[in-house]
Formats: sequence, structure tokens, C-alpha cells
Amino acid sequence: MYQYDKFDQQMVDTRVAEFRDQVERRLAGKLTEDQFKPLRLMNGLYLQLHAYMLRVAIPYGTLSGAQMHVLADIADKYDRGYGHFTTRQNIQYNWIKLAEAPDLLEDLAKAEMHAIQTSGNCIRNISSDHFAGAAADEVADPRPYAELLRQWSSFHPEFSYLPRKFKFAVIASEEDRAAMRLHDIGIRIVKNDAGELGAAFYVGGGMGRTPMIAPLVRDFVPLDQLVTYAEACLRVYNRYGRRDNKYKARIKILVHELGKEEYTRQVEEEFALLLEQNIEPPIAELERIKMFFGDPAYDQDASSEIDRSDPDFALWVDTNTKAHKQPGYVSAVISLKPVGGIPGDATTAQMHLMGDLAARYSFDEARVTHTQNIVLPHVKISDLHALWTELDAAGLGTANLDQIGDIIACPGLDYCSLANARSIPIAQQISERFAKNGKGDTLGELKLKISGCINACGHHHAGHIGILGVDRKGVENYQLSLGGSEAEDTSLAKITGPGFDEAGIVDAVETAADVYLAAREGEERFIDTYRRIGMAPFKEALYG
Amino acid sequence: MVELLRLRKDETHSEAAVTVEAFLGRTNAGAVRIEPGEDGRELIPHLDRIRLVEVNFPVFGDGRGYSAARILREAGFTGEIRAVGDVLVDQIAYMRRCGFDAFAPDTPLNADDAKNALERWGEVYQPTTDGRRPIWAQRHE
Amino acid sequence: MKIITGNDLESGAVTWWNGQGWSLRVEDAADAGDSAEAILAREEAARRVNAGYIIEGEPGSDGHPRPAHVKDRIRGLGPTVRLDLTLKPGDEIAAREVI
Repeated sequence: MYQYDKFDQQMVDTRVAEFRDQVERRLAGKLTEDQFKPLRLMNGLYLQLHAYMLRVAIPYGTLSGAQMHVLADIADKYDRGYGHFTTRQNIQYNWIKLAEAPDLLEDLAKAEMHAIQTSGNCIRNISSDHFAGAAADEVADPRPYAELLRQWSSFHPEFSYLPRKFKFAVIASEEDRAAMRLHDIGIRIVKNDAGELGAAFYVGGGMGRTPMIAPLVRDFVPLDQLVTYAEACLRVYNRYGRRDNKYKARIKILVHELGKEEYTRQVEEEFALLLEQNIEPPIAELERIKMFFGDPAYDQDASSEIDRSDPDFALWVDTNTKAHKQPGYVSAVISLKPVGGIPGDATTAQMHLMGDLAARYSFDEARVTHTQNIVLPHVKISDLHALWTELDAAGLGTANLDQIGDIIACPGLDYCSLANARSIPIAQQISERFAKNGKGDTLGELKLKISGCINACGHHHAGHIGILGVDRKGVENYQLSLGGSEAEDTSLAKITGPGFDEAGIVDAVETAADVYLAAREGEERFIDTYRRIGMAPFKEALYG
Repeated sequence: MVELLRLRKDETHSEAAVTVEAFLGRTNAGAVRIEPGEDGRELIPHLDRIRLVEVNFPVFGDGRGYSAARILREAGFTGEIRAVGDVLVDQIAYMRRCGFDAFAPDTPLNADDAKNALERWGEVYQPTTDGRRPIWAQRHE
Repeated sequence: MKIITGNDLESGAVTWWNGQGWSLRVEDAADAGDSAEAILAREEAARRVNAGYIIEGEPGSDGHPRPAHVKDRIRGLGPTVRLDLTLKPGDEIAAREVI
């Protein structure tokens, strides 16, 4: 894992001091709320439906067990005993006091963590593959590139008042586990024919009100030009992105309106000029960062044998563990989606336990997934039973990864001032329904994603089944959509038809699932069947 | 309170700034004002005769002026770049990094707050034309 | 019917204009009527409320004003999925009433 040096530490410490000063000026009335708002947002502090909410960055979703303990301590000391892991690999606390926020940030800084640029119209936390460094299919660990970009984007003097927020994702495999093409910039680390590593840039993807899949803008940026190319992409956006309408201000609209060719031409022109400015860190810096992401000290003799005599354990192994590049190891996914639970929430005690388990079984490392679960990336197969036993006892052993119970849900109207409808109760009812009717396992991979408003924090556009909560004359109403995918076969879901009320949407999901079960052939997943048979049979069953 | 905070030693250029359009249409103006959405690159052929560039921020959240200033510095402009309009003390450190060396906000700055803001960041991650050595350069001396 | 709501600057707690001052209880919300904007401007200027805004109200079952929109009623209660964190912990009916 990356560790701060004195410079990184000084930067976060300085930011804490700066924010402390800003909070003092706000409390003293020297800053108006309008002036203070962008400052607090750039430190992750929102004023939400019920209270201040703080979003803490977990860069590229990687954290140590010790950092997980700090997150737990913060939940106790400054909040109400829990936190919420988000679809951008961050954690949010819902009940923060403004006067205490600087102290909280200071506690974070001591553990090499921060809330810098987790909101605001700036470059946000950079997300990545949650199996990075463990996956057999990656050409390199993508995280050093994400860390290089983290430092470049932190406190960027030119790009802190962009037209709108800006999200990067960096991956390094053909399989996409980070919704890369649904980001403002998606980077795939690739190898060219000469065997050299470089970066493919996809620019202008996103969800929200106008979902778009990012087109490929450059198929190979050499690693010693990575930052310069990103700078060029951002400068064109900062200068020409729309500022007249916040709903058209994301880079996807600029790329769409200019056309990919014209946007690319402008970027290349800017890139040529910026190359003369020598703003690129030397390769030695990338090599320095890479040193932190070396393989842990694997047991080279680790056995791959496993005692499957306990059926509950065997099910969990089959569902929630993923193949690892190192023989005798797997990556284990801890589901934060217990039946009837709140997707992504973890209590103080659960966070402490996960911190302990990371230390004991995974070289002190954990990951946050964009699907709001936690990964222990490097677990010895021979330790799995002990791990599962402890998880199960703490309500963290649900075997439902990528199944219909593994629902992504935004906080919705229960917490969010932007929401139009509640998301969490819908997720709870759906997971309960499918646990009760026993269809969850039968359905296999079925990614269900719920957003409580058009901003699409719950990724409903990318759900095999997506649900969007809307406000219909003051009553919560839910639109159903089918056929989305955030993976390498990226696609956007289509709305089935008129929306449903709270009870109706749960029935509708079951109806859609039944259509699939009746129509599926062989090993088809829901999304495969949908792509083969199309929308019509689903519409017929739902509205017929 | 400070009406005009200047970080340069030369004499203040008191000529009223003209619009980019007016500047490009005549040959003797030495001061020009860039509005958001205007392309500062159009000034580049004429930099040798410009003494003062004002970059206007009608609202503090419109960050186009940061790019405008940096582009002029990257092109070698050494005259004054002055931020005017809705410019807040919490922004001037980044502005300075982008090449601004004078600030004349609608609401005058508190001198102490401005000094604190400009001195706060001892290190920087990114190189700009301000000459400060980024952290990565110091790591690989 | 107009209700004024905002937040306490330091704690972030949701507050409601009760006719004389700011209450944490939505049940105390008063109908500010045509004076809502003037009251809010005065209270913000005096820094007694942060990020205040005016919402539509309607008479509740007990006749007292209540927020007309479900969003503001949830704001008045707390998260319906964590009743233990609301102002009425343990009150099963409360969550249903706001919807």
C-alpha cells in the first residue's frame, strides 16, 4: 500500500489547518454560506437532509486494516456508530457537526487519510479495480497510476473550479470491474505490440441525467506523458465545458456536442503545447510509487485444498470469493448487503472486525468496491473457513455477491436532500422478497441498482435491472429499466414503461426475474437473456 | 482592507483595460480585460506590447480565468495579470500559482487573511510557471 | 401555508421556525404565511439560522401545520429506515405517517 512521505503528510496537514481556519471564519460570520459552501464541499462536507454529511476519500478503494479501525473510531467519536460505503469507493458519515469537522479531519490525517476533493466541481477521488494487485487478468497493478493522478489532481490550481465534478477511474484489465467507461475519464492501462505499458483514455462517460458511454479518445498514451495528457483533457474541458446549465456541464456533454473527433483534436493541440512545459513527473516517481504496491509475502506452499463439508460455507466460497493470481489464495468479498439490511452500511463494531480480519488474513489490506462491499484481497484458501466463521457471526457472511440481493442503492430520500424518492426501503424489500421465495441463488448473476433521483448515484442506468425513484405529484414512484451493464460490455438500461408505486416495483422486479427464468437458455445470465429476447416479453409480462 | 493587492515591484499600470475585441481592433492599447469564454490565446501575438491583463471573474465559481492566466504565462507573458471581480481570499493562492500577480476584487481583501492564504502552502504537487519546485522534483533531486 | 426550515450552523441539526424562534421539532413549525420571506431574511441576517428556506405547509391530522411534501416530512422525522436515529426512536407509526 502507498505510504505518505513527509510531503504528502504536510499537504494533508496543511489542508486541515486551512479548513480549520475556514470553519472558524464561517462560525464567526466572516464567510457567508454561499462563500463557505464550495470550501466545505472541497473538504467533503455537505449539508444534507438531516445534518452535515462528511465523505471521506478512500483512494482507489484501498485501505489498511489500521485505517479501517480509524474509520470505525470516527463513526463512534463524531457520528452515530456507523458509516456508509459508497459507489465511488468512499465512506460517508451522516451526522457530523461543523464545529467538530476540523478535529475529525485531523484524526484522519494522522492515519494518512483525508476528505479532500470528495465533493465540489473539482477532480474527485480516483477509483479503480477492487481486485487490483490480486487479479490474474491485469497487465499491471492499476493503482500506482491512480496514485500518480491522485497527487497531480490534489490541490490542482487550475482545475478546482471546473464546470462540474470530474471523476477518474483507472483499470488495467480487459474485464472492467470499475465501471470505467461511465466516468468522465476512464483509463485502461494496456500493453502495446512492443510490450510497453501505456494508457488508453476514454473521455466523456457518465451516468446522471444524460448517461453516456465514454468513447476512446487515445488508444495509447506513453507512461511518461500520462499526467500531461490528463492535463490537456482537463484544460479543454475547463475552458469550453458548458457553464450556462449545470445539467449540461459535465464533460460528456462537451465531448458529445463537439464530437469525439473535434474534442480529441483540441486535446491533442493542447497536449502538444503542454509537452513543452515539462509538467510530467519523471518515470522515477512512478517507479517510487510502484514500490509500495509490490506483492505481499505470499506463502509459496499455500494449499488450494478446501473442506466443503459445511454447505453454508461452501456456498459462500462459491459466491463470494474470486480467483487470485497467486496459487493457494483468493480474494474474499465481504457482503454489506445482509437480507433486509441497508446496502453499504457498516457499524463501528463491523468496521473494527473487518480491520482485524484484514490484519489477520489479508496482509492488513482491504478494499471498498463500487458495489458497496468490502474485499479482503489476499486470503489464503486454508484460512477461508476461519474467516467466514467470524464474518458470519457478525452478520457479514451473506453469500450473495453479484446476485439480486447484492443491490447497489444510493442513500435516497432517507438521507439525501437531492433525492425524489427513497431507495433503501426498496432495496430492503427486494432482498427480503428474493430471500423468502428462494429465487436469489437460482437467478445467478443479476445486478440490481437503485437511484433515488436522476443524478444516478445508485447507477440505475448500468443495472441489469435498474430502478429510478421519481416524484410524481408528491408521491414516490419508481421506474423500472432493463439491460444496463457497467462491465466491459458497457450498456445503458432502457425504461420498461410507466412507473410503479412502492409495492408495485417489488412485484415488477419479481415479474422481470420470472420472465428471465422462463426464457433462459443454458448458462445465460439475466443480461444475456435480455439481450437475446429483447424488451417485448418483459413488457408483456409487466403491463400486458 | 486592500483595494489592489500587487505582488510585483514595477509601477502600477493605470491605463483602463479595454475588451479583447477592442484590443485586437486597435494597436495602441497596453491593458486588456479577458472575460470568461474569451480566448486569451488571441492575445499571444501581441504580448510584447501588453503591460496589464485583467481577468474578470463575474462569479467566483467560474474557473475559466485560471486557464486564461496560465496560458498567457506559458506563452511567456511577463506583464501584470490581475484578477478582478468576485475574487475571494480562499482562491488567491491557486490564482497566484496560475500566474496572477495582482488582485483587485469587488470586495477588498483583508490584508492579514490574504497574507495567510498566500503563505499557507509550503509545498505543491504540480509545476506551473510560478517556478516552485513540485514535490516530485524534490523527491528525485 | 408557509413553513420555514433551516439548519443550526454549528451542529447542522434541522430547525423549524415556531413563530418566535427555532425549534428542533417539526411539530412546533408555525405558519409564517406572507411574512415568511421577511422572517427568513431577518433570521439569516442575524445568523440564527443557516441555509434556510421556505416550504409549503398543510394542516396535519391534529390541525397543526406540517410540511406538505414527503421530503420535508422525512426531514422533520429522520431516516425512515433507521427509526432509532430519528427524533421518535421506537415509534413505528411515525415512519408510516410521514409517507
